[in-house]
Amino acid sequence: MISELTRPKRQAVPTVKKSRSLLGRLSPGQGVAAHLLLLLLCLPALLPLAWMVSTSLKPESQIFAKTGTSTLATLLPHPAQWSNYPTALRAIPIALYLDNTLLLCAFTVVGSVLSSALVAYGFGRLEFRGKTPLFLLMLATIALPAQVTMVPIFALFRWLHWYGTYLPLIVPSFCGAPFYIFLLTQFFRKLPDELAEAARMDGASEWRIFWQIMLPLSKPALATCALFQFLGTWNDFLGPLLYINDPKRYTLAYGLQQLLSTHGSEWASLMADSTVFILPIVVLFFFTQKTFVNGIATTGSKN
Amino acid sequence: MVSAKKSLVGYAFIAPWLLGFLAFTVYPFLSSLYFSFTRYDIVTAPVWVGGANYRALLTGDPLFWKSLGVTFQFALVAVPLAIVFGVTLALLLNLNLRGMGLYRTIFFLPSILPTVATSVVFLWLFNPAIGLVNRLLHAVGVTGPEWLQSPVWALPSLVILSLWAVGGSMVIYLAGLKDIPTHLYEAATIDGANAWQRLRHVTLPMLSPVIFFNLVMGLIGVFQYFTEPYIMTQGGPEDSTHFYALYIFERAWRYLDMGYASAMAWVLFLLIVTLTGLLFWTQKRWVHYEG
Repeated sequence: MISELTRPKRQAVPTVKKSRSLLGRLSPGQGVAAHLLLLLLCLPALLPLAWMVSTSLKPESQIFAKTGTSTLATLLPHPAQWSNYPTALRAIPIALYLDNTLLLCAFTVVGSVLSSALVAYGFGRLEFRGKTPLFLLMLATIALPAQVTMVPIFALFRWLHWYGTYLPLIVPSFCGAPFYIFLLTQFFRKLPDELAEAARMDGASEWRIFWQIMLPLSKPALATCALFQFLGTWNDFLGPLLYINDPKRYTLAYGLQQLLSTHGSEWASLMADSTVFILPIVVLFFFTQKTFVNGIATTGSKN
Repeated sequence: MVSAKKSLVGYAFIAPWLLGFLAFTVYPFLSSLYFSFTRYDIVTAPVWVGGANYRALLTGDPLFWKSLGVTFQFALVAVPLAIVFGVTLALLLNLNLRGMGLYRTIFFLPSILPTVATSVVFLWLFNPAIGLVNRLLHAVGVTGPEWLQSPVWALPSLVILSLWAVGGSMVIYLAGLKDIPTHLYEAATIDGANAWQRLRHVTLPMLSPVIFFNLVMGLIGVFQYFTEPYIMTQGGPEDSTHFYALYIFERAWRYLDMGYASAMAWVLFLLIVTLTGLLFWTQKRWVHYEG
């Protein structure tokens, strides 16, 4: 504060208008042009979703109407056929798939966040031999394509008689996820030392420092990881495709793909189920945007 | 030197990852190398066949080369376009205007939606007879192509879908733009640089580490590109979207040809290591880490 007050006022450069960003201050005309451009770009971003919802409410006759007959009005359902939704929800047991998906989400979120935090505390706050090479190795695995290890992991789980159960989808998440470990390590490193040092003086074990001091301080970072994992499990298709064979255990993603492969032309049902599948993510996103954006933004910064 | 006791505590904390790393990365990594030299159908024990899988792959399998070609074609178009679109959107969102938060939300949203759902939706959008895209084209007097059902247009359709979800990298670029110190722009203006020169000599160099990061991850992502073609085209028509990862999957799980699939996986691994290495080598020419 003081330094700011006592600092000599910046000399204005009279002839050159200094720009503090790429374009500096925009003129009103430029501002309007930029808004128009941005609005125009919103159209392709939102239209697919609008078309999905619109189709989900259309009667068959309107969905299959010939292209030539379409006007702007035919883009909207007329009249909205709400009964498409009950029909679509009967086409696949979506409540069951939702249960299955939420169960997987719960286990993988708890598993990956807790284990990643534990590992990140080790990398971020403790000293041990071989720490740096191990950390780099962990980072390198982010770039290792799943295809390289997919076959032996499948063979391993099959040998353990885990094929057809949720265990192959859940157990690995308890080993921490490199990306979350990275995020949390960065976070732990930035936390001040004083609290941990004071606790150490009082004879607290590293475990207690981690559990009672560090974890409560890292709620925002943990929330980011939890959110990513929830999304990852909700959206995962390859995992269930490889390991789930019983239709009673399908997830939403797998169930929707199955519906497509068996009822590929029932667009009203497909769009209604897609809407039901997407909507929770959209709602979640609107409430947690900041957490999302901050988490992703960390990805590219400073290596 | 860290004491043994201290080290032990450290290892206790990283144990979950270390165990997972050994069980789900090191072991499968090495055994897939072994499997790649065997005939293996997962039900019976693998049989050593030497380099037969690699020989068959490189000399007797047109689909291997085709899938490699498709993947490279897609990478050459989709990855640079994703950078151009991502950076452009981020530049627009970084303007000093009201309402940027809302635009950011709208552009970012598609990137986090479930791929299965967006693939189903785009399958419907691209429906040649009654999909929205061709309806709109028809309205302005253009007869749209067959999109996903055309060997020529199927791959571009997937590029469009991938660009629709460009918001994820856009957010990373946006964060990179916010990190650029304002004094650099001030200094450039004082030196008489116009907006284009500031973009060329301040913004892009300062953003280059983030661009590099997205380039590498984008490239690796293309070699793993699976769900969209699996759901939308199953590799067709005429193998025009038969991506490498899709072919590995089919070899392994449709034909239970796990040895062959492992050989493909190792070729993939070596390709990615080589390409990433090349990118890192070019890095000193265009990526600026100072500042």
